[in-house]
Amino acid sequence: MGSITLEGVRKSFGPHAVIHGADLAIEDGSFVVFVGPSGCGKTTLLRLIAGLEDVSGGRVLIDGANVVGVPPAKRGLSMVFQSYALYPHMSVRGNIGFGLKMAGLERAEINRKVEAAAATLNLTPYLDRKPRELSGGQRQRVAIGRAIVREPKAFLFDEPLSNLDAALRVQMRLEVTKLQRQLATTAVYVTHDQVEAMTMADRIVVLNAGKIEQYGSPLELYERPANLFVAGFIGSPRMNFIAGEGAQRYGAATIGVRPEHLRASRDGEGWEGRVSVAEHLGSDTFLHVEVTGIGTLTARSVGELGLTMGDSVRLLPDPARIYRFAGDGKAMRQ
Amino acid sequence: MARQVSPTRTWATTVAAWIVGLLIFFPILWMVLASFKTELEAFSVPPSFLFFHWTTENYAAVQGRSDYVHHAVNSVIIAGGSTLIALLIAIPAAWSMAFAPTRRTRDILLWMLSTKMMPPVGVLVPIYLLYRNFGLLDSRAGLVLVLCLGNLPIVIWMLFTYFKEIPKDILEAARMDGATVGRELIYVLTPMAVPGIASTLLLNVILAWNEAFWTLNLSTSEAAPLTVFIASYSSPEGLFWARLSAASTLAIAPILVLGWFSQRQLVRGLTFGAVK
Repeated sequence: MGSITLEGVRKSFGPHAVIHGADLAIEDGSFVVFVGPSGCGKTTLLRLIAGLEDVSGGRVLIDGANVVGVPPAKRGLSMVFQSYALYPHMSVRGNIGFGLKMAGLERAEINRKVEAAAATLNLTPYLDRKPRELSGGQRQRVAIGRAIVREPKAFLFDEPLSNLDAALRVQMRLEVTKLQRQLATTAVYVTHDQVEAMTMADRIVVLNAGKIEQYGSPLELYERPANLFVAGFIGSPRMNFIAGEGAQRYGAATIGVRPEHLRASRDGEGWEGRVSVAEHLGSDTFLHVEVTGIGTLTARSVGELGLTMGDSVRLLPDPARIYRFAGDGKAMRQ
Repeated sequence: MARQVSPTRTWATTVAAWIVGLLIFFPILWMVLASFKTELEAFSVPPSFLFFHWTTENYAAVQGRSDYVHHAVNSVIIAGGSTLIALLIAIPAAWSMAFAPTRRTRDILLWMLSTKMMPPVGVLVPIYLLYRNFGLLDSRAGLVLVLCLGNLPIVIWMLFTYFKEIPKDILEAARMDGATVGRELIYVLTPMAVPGIASTLLLNVILAWNEAFWTLNLSTSEAAPLTVFIASYSSPEGLFWARLSAASTLAIAPILVLGWFSQRQLVRGLTFGAVK
């Protein structure tokens, strides 16, 4: 079991409020990702759940029991750190087994569990090596092994993949997701990478400046962003925003159109503009178009259009996919 | 940073390094050579380098006039004792400053360092009077105390710097793994800090062994370490170069051997903070 509930959790460092009252219910067995720009408080929120920081107000409940004031060791959670934080003087076996040793298990029992965890993570040949003799990906696996071996109520991941190179990151992303599904243990995962958030999460918490902006499944956030911030943060390339006259025609203060919902053509209907940059990815083309009276819009089109810098182009938004936002930034009903 | 280095350049650097090394080593070499000369040859002009009448009479004379073992034992007790007591005080102090700093930690560290900026002679008279009144003059306990207090700021600073280098994440990982503060200290912190503690210990032993100001001023015979033993050979009757050299060679030999065997630890200790 491992449900985590936050009730009005607040945190300040001296006079600086970092988390302004967070309410959140994380169901047992779900994979929840905290995402947001740097400094939004996502890591702090994770550390409050872990008990590595004390809350300034509110309650943290694990399986319904208030754990405020309970030391991290007694919360039954395990954590994977961004820096891996392996014990440099211990072998892989010692690292993975440390938590079990602290729990006072028999040596034979520890060995059995450590070897089972190592087998799951393909670490068996490295059990007697020291962390410095391992590659980045292997160290990451050891850190994950240390977390799973204790069969915790929940895993806490603090940007665990950000020190890996791009290819390894994609591979580890899949492995972590698979492992979590297999173990069916609650996971809370912090990242600033919205691709990681979209691909791994059952539900995403979008944080901004210490506030939870929206909590929902990846597709909910993509299709029904609650406000301008979430609309701009989720999706890549980011949503185009048009304010002023162009928006008033739709009865909104601001309208948003995702690049994939803008159809680019050489002539026909839509906003007229000039291509300032064309990014050719092969499968897609990102066109950055200067539209007079509106600004720069990004359009994503499948395949090649043969457009290059300076060409004139028409951009037609899909009318069903125009997001409308009120003056306070909140989304308006479609 | 890989940089192309031409063979000529490597060669020149090697020669330069040897010259500097020999220049620094020369006084010690000269002292050792002089200790095997007769008094006459020791200050003959031009000096003879290797082709002189080798003799060990100076060592015999030194041993006959004063008790080397007595002074050496005092040196070991004073250097070792002051270092151990300093470490016992400094380890908890550095732990708390590195891992539970307060707003004043920085100021306390600077204040401690500032005590090393004052010339010791400035407090010689008050300390001498205190020692006289408490009966600590010419006592090992008194020298252990003064050297321990004198080196404490350096010991705390060195340990603080080492402990600072231990990533906080690792301690937090131990806490998440269910370790109590005590077990975190035993299983994680101490093993990681051992190299730092070892080089601090070595450096402090050497500093205490070589300390001459307080040992010369606060001891005469009973508690006198090797520094006093050397100084006793520069007497009003005139300098006996060969005998002085023999005494000095005997005095520095133990610490030289210790330094030789702990070179790696020492280099790490002396460049602490500079190289990760």
